[in-house]
Amino acid sequence: MRTEIRFSGLGGQGIILSGILSGKAAALFGNKHATMTQSFGPEARGSACSAQLVVSDEKIFYPYVTRPSILVAMSQEAYQKFSPDLAENGILIIDEDLVTVNDTNGQISPLAIPATRFAEGLGNRILANLVMLGFFSAATEAISPDSFKKAIPGSVPERFLDLNMQAFGRGHSYGTESAAERTRQIRLKA
Amino acid sequence: MKADAKGVLTGAHYLDGDHACAEGALAAGCRFFAGYPITPSTEVAERIASRFPLVGGLFVQMEDELASMAAILGASWAGKKSMTVTSGPGFSLMMENIGLGAMTETPCVIVNVQRGGPSTGLPTLPGQQDMMQARWGSHGDYEIIAVVPNSPQECFDLTIEAFNLSEKYRVPVMVMMDECVGHMTERVDIPAASELEVYNRKLYDGPKDQYLPYKVENGNGQVPLMANAGDGYRFHITGLTHDERGYPAMNAEVQQQCVSRLMDKITGNAADICRYEEHRLKGAEVVVVTYGISSRVTMRAIELAQAKGLSVGMFRLITAWPFPEKRIKELAEKVKSLVMVELNMGQMVHELERCVAGRAKVFLSPHAGGWVHDPDDILKLIQEAAK
Amino acid sequence: MNEAAHPMESILRMDRMPHIWCPGCGIGTVVTAFAMALQQAGIPLDKIAVVSGIGCSGRVAGYIKLDSFHTTHGRAIPFATGLKLANPELTVVVISGDGDLIAIGGNHFIHAARRNVDIKVFCINNFNYAMTGGQLGPTTPEPAITTTSPYGAFENPFNLPFLAEGSGAVYVARWTALHIRRLTKSMTEALLKKGFSFVEIIAPCPTLYSRRNRLGDGLDELRHYHDKSVIKHGADTRELDISYRDKIVMGKFVDRERPTFVEALDKRFTEVFGKKYEPYGKVAT
Repeated sequence: MRTEIRFSGLGGQGIILSGILSGKAAALFGNKHATMTQSFGPEARGSACSAQLVVSDEKIFYPYVTRPSILVAMSQEAYQKFSPDLAENGILIIDEDLVTVNDTNGQISPLAIPATRFAEGLGNRILANLVMLGFFSAATEAISPDSFKKAIPGSVPERFLDLNMQAFGRGHSYGTESAAERTRQIRLKA
Repeated sequence: MKADAKGVLTGAHYLDGDHACAEGALAAGCRFFAGYPITPSTEVAERIASRFPLVGGLFVQMEDELASMAAILGASWAGKKSMTVTSGPGFSLMMENIGLGAMTETPCVIVNVQRGGPSTGLPTLPGQQDMMQARWGSHGDYEIIAVVPNSPQECFDLTIEAFNLSEKYRVPVMVMMDECVGHMTERVDIPAASELEVYNRKLYDGPKDQYLPYKVENGNGQVPLMANAGDGYRFHITGLTHDERGYPAMNAEVQQQCVSRLMDKITGNAADICRYEEHRLKGAEVVVVTYGISSRVTMRAIELAQAKGLSVGMFRLITAWPFPEKRIKELAEKVKSLVMVELNMGQMVHELERCVAGRAKVFLSPHAGGWVHDPDDILKLIQEAAK
Repeated sequence: MNEAAHPMESILRMDRMPHIWCPGCGIGTVVTAFAMALQQAGIPLDKIAVVSGIGCSGRVAGYIKLDSFHTTHGRAIPFATGLKLANPELTVVVISGDGDLIAIGGNHFIHAARRNVDIKVFCINNFNYAMTGGQLGPTTPEPAITTTSPYGAFENPFNLPFLAEGSGAVYVARWTALHIRRLTKSMTEALLKKGFSFVEIIAPCPTLYSRRNRLGDGLDELRHYHDKSVIKHGADTRELDISYRDKIVMGKFVDRERPTFVEALDKRFTEVFGKKYEPYGKVAT
């Protein structure tokens, strides 16, 4: 099976690292093929930025993401720009403090996490991408948390490894909890 | 010979093509790098600059690409495996000294991470527009070798291959990457040094006063034995037409011998040099010939075509130069048509047409660069070619 | 054939004689001075490499029996940089002309000096492009006649010692082809000096430059050097412009110490990596 994922946000939020970590987790520790591509341009810190990841059980030939089934948006601009490409029944994941979903029909129910706020709680907003990856891992099951935990060492500065692992764990447990909460609410409605 | 473990980063890595290329160079035994920054190739230089100090390599950032190319030739004559990396505009600047490398038979590797041209063109976006320049860019008649990777793993593997071929045939070898492959990140498996085969140049070790730098011994594929500077042979090397002694000899007779051998040592060994990949060619009516990133886009088109019941296969160039002429001629006898997919307005297609020579129809899916083909466009052309 | 051994047979490629230079040309004298300097410096001949570019002076490499490289126009210095940095054990000498080293190769000249790559650059300055028939060069003084300045040169020529010093050379000297003893001494010093060392040699070009400018033959040119040259060691390099038919200030102008490229690299990496780093200057073979 081929899964197309896009991570998006602003330059400086660690979006590209999110793509690399996810690809590394899948390809080196998840027994899958994973191709990561990014748009290269003269864009500076603070402008829209995205990383595309294709994860597959089979060898990947066409390396590009055309209709992602998962979109992670960490800025309003990125959400506006990329959400129209999201596949039908695709999963939208947002940082709820940074992205407002303007869905007048009530069709889209994004999976939301205050990733940046949690990161600030851990001492540094720069960890928001790791919080988001933890949440992504719990919410989508596209790449297992164990694979991520193996991929993170060596990809972040050694002295911040613990903090990064904590951030990932924070996002992951929030994702597990909110999934349980969603299930409970669905049951209640039923 | 096995690789020097000091340069081999054994293990599974998640690398982009540029970084994988740098690791390939390190594994191949490259210990001298001269270069000038240019997008989208700079990451190769950056990784080499970061890795070289602890493996005994020397990295120098030169003042321009003319200097970079000259410096790697000098370094090669000092006995080091040497490399430079560039993209279109820098490749143009290197051309004169690539000719000196071909003429003096100097082993070295030139990596070109191709972007869109002409001129400054598209610095951050892909092209495959330097394919003919790789072959014909320097003045005069000569042959070079060029390989074309289509994944980060191949950027690693083929950079090693490039060094091996350059040492074996004493010729500048080009690794013709493209921006897509250079900036695409995938798993790259680097084997143990003991599993990596590297080729080191054959050195002359006869009597010092009898060394003839350009004398070809029987059975060495028309490649003369090399001597490194400082080894006491006190040889002379020139870009002028030269005789076996390496001395200038500017007349038609020596020119004929000199140039013919430069070309024969590559074309005559094409069977050893040429590599390609064939996909579902058995019984195919249409063959798509492609290379680099275009081959990966083509695979999607081929899947779509096969789903429509079309009989189509793919022939991927791994070696672009020398062109796999023999195999293309065989295929041309069997198929209805051949389709070239490349990120330019038609370059390798000329070579394809030359080899097919009317035996089958040849189609081109051109693209000016800046992005890859739309697989649907390739599909349409396959459908037309199958009619 | 003369069976007597030439005193420089061990250094010259006698099988390539006679050479291509014109009667009265200064390049042959420079080669003689270089051969003597090699003997005086006492460096093992197997460990010296000579690199030339293109032009009359570019042919020097072809007549010297050392590892010798006749490269492309303007690229002798970067080729030599590669040779030296890849094997720091070699003594690498660049002998080429003013057009090759300072016009088409000018960028490499200033950057090799800036990096203080440990190469020796001997620049034979004959004030014009001679191999191609006598064109305007980067050192042609006003208002000399050349084939591409038929009404007289009007560009400002380079003052090479000033350029070399300003770019970072650690050794800078100038002599004429007449002053062979002093030139030999400077070349010897440069060969033994660590770092980018530069010697400019003013040389006559009787066939083209002198003839067009009605300066007589090679002997007249040497006579002119004799009359007009002034030795001024340590002179301020800003004051070393050569005006048309005016005095030529010669001497050793700069002799200073700066870390070479490899020394600076070893220092930096040792500071950063400590014992993990094996100094390049020592590991290189």
